[in-house]
Amino acid sequence: MANTMQFDLVSPERSLASLQVSAVQIPGADGDMTAMPDHAPTITTLRPGVLKAEGPEGTTEYLVTGGFAQINGDGLSVLAEKAIPVDEVTRAHLDELIAEARGAHEASQEHPSIVDEAAKLLADMEALGDHMSL
Amino acid sequence: MPNLKDLKNRIESVKSTRKITKAMQMVAAAKLRRAQESAESARPYAERFNAVMAGLAVSVGGSDSAPKLLRGTGSDDVHLLVVMTAERGLCGGFNGNIAKLARAKAGELRANGKTVKILTVGKKGRDAIKRDYGDMFVGHVDLSDVKRLGYANAQDIAKDVLTRFDAGDFDVATIFYSKFENVVTQIPTAQQIIPASFEETEGGDDSGAIFDYEPSEEAILADLLPKGVATAIFSALLENAASEQGARMSAMDNATRNAGEMIDKLTIQFNRSRQAVITNELIEIISGAEAL
Repeated sequence: MANTMQFDLVSPERSLASLQVSAVQIPGADGDMTAMPDHAPTITTLRPGVLKAEGPEGTTEYLVTGGFAQINGDGLSVLAEKAIPVDEVTRAHLDELIAEARGAHEASQEHPSIVDEAAKLLADMEALGDHMSL
Repeated sequence: MPNLKDLKNRIESVKSTRKITKAMQMVAAAKLRRAQESAESARPYAERFNAVMAGLAVSVGGSDSAPKLLRGTGSDDVHLLVVMTAERGLCGGFNGNIAKLARAKAGELRANGKTVKILTVGKKGRDAIKRDYGDMFVGHVDLSDVKRLGYANAQDIAKDVLTRFDAGDFDVATIFYSKFENVVTQIPTAQQIIPASFEETEGGDDSGAIFDYEPSEEAILADLLPKGVATAIFSALLENAASEQGARMSAMDNATRNAGEMIDKLTIQFNRSRQAVITNELIEIISGAEAL
């Protein structure tokens, strides 16, 4: 059994990573999941969160928002609208995201159907800040 | 025959024009390289995105529950044309070609009794279409102070388009831009973005694989379709940026060469006139001497 797989992380503006990994932890819309080689083919949308890729050369973490992950048995591509390596994330980045989420939350007050979603997004964002101890 | 001083001034002015066009050509060449780079680095995202969307569209597209963005509103009476051009001129036929294509399309739609609305991106296209179809403008996006095109710019335009779609302002949206082939060839292109159409990628690497979808196919599709609009607009913006610089580069190359030819011609004329003046003076002196 192969113990690594191809991992690609692309954002609309550039390709961020293309490497061999042994496991990737994905913040899926329905909950976190970890993809390892020979995972069943899956497509999942992402919620904003931290994506963790474990490779032979160590672990890299990325902050991703929006997009989806496509898992094949032999590889994994993540297409994120925004993706930033965690060490490059600053408080300013996060504030921007939180402000965006808060804006969406306020804008959604009139439409009860999406208010929960927006509240969750806002909570996700704030949790993210705590997680990264910024 | 123009006098010597006029010719000299003329040569000087053409020379300084040549300097300007030469400089613009070099600037365009540098910008073109950067634009091409960003267009290339955006390509993997668009390709994968479209591959996944094509797969999803096939499996969900047939059903009645498919999102409106994929299925359409059921009619095609109101068309929105998103015309994307440059903010600046002096780039050959670039803006004109896109505007021409959009005008032709608008004319054709109107002849068929459809309602046409036009959203312009970039000042030059707006000016070019204003005369004929100025009454159809519904909006304008100004990118003149954007230094470097980002995905956020595309998102803003997409949001504008989607808001109008949700409000039921139009049924079909088409974007007009120029595809970058190479420095001398840019192809004005019309691409329908709403309802979305995805080209089947033949023999794609995922063919045959059956995917699990999380949450569900419909939910993913509903989530991704608006992103698809932004992605299509972003690729178009980048292609446009590369095309603009390519067109400007070849236009300025031509202008530089023309200026060079003009200078040669004027210089010959200048030298001939000078000779004629000298000959004239000699004749005067000689005939004056003979008369003595």
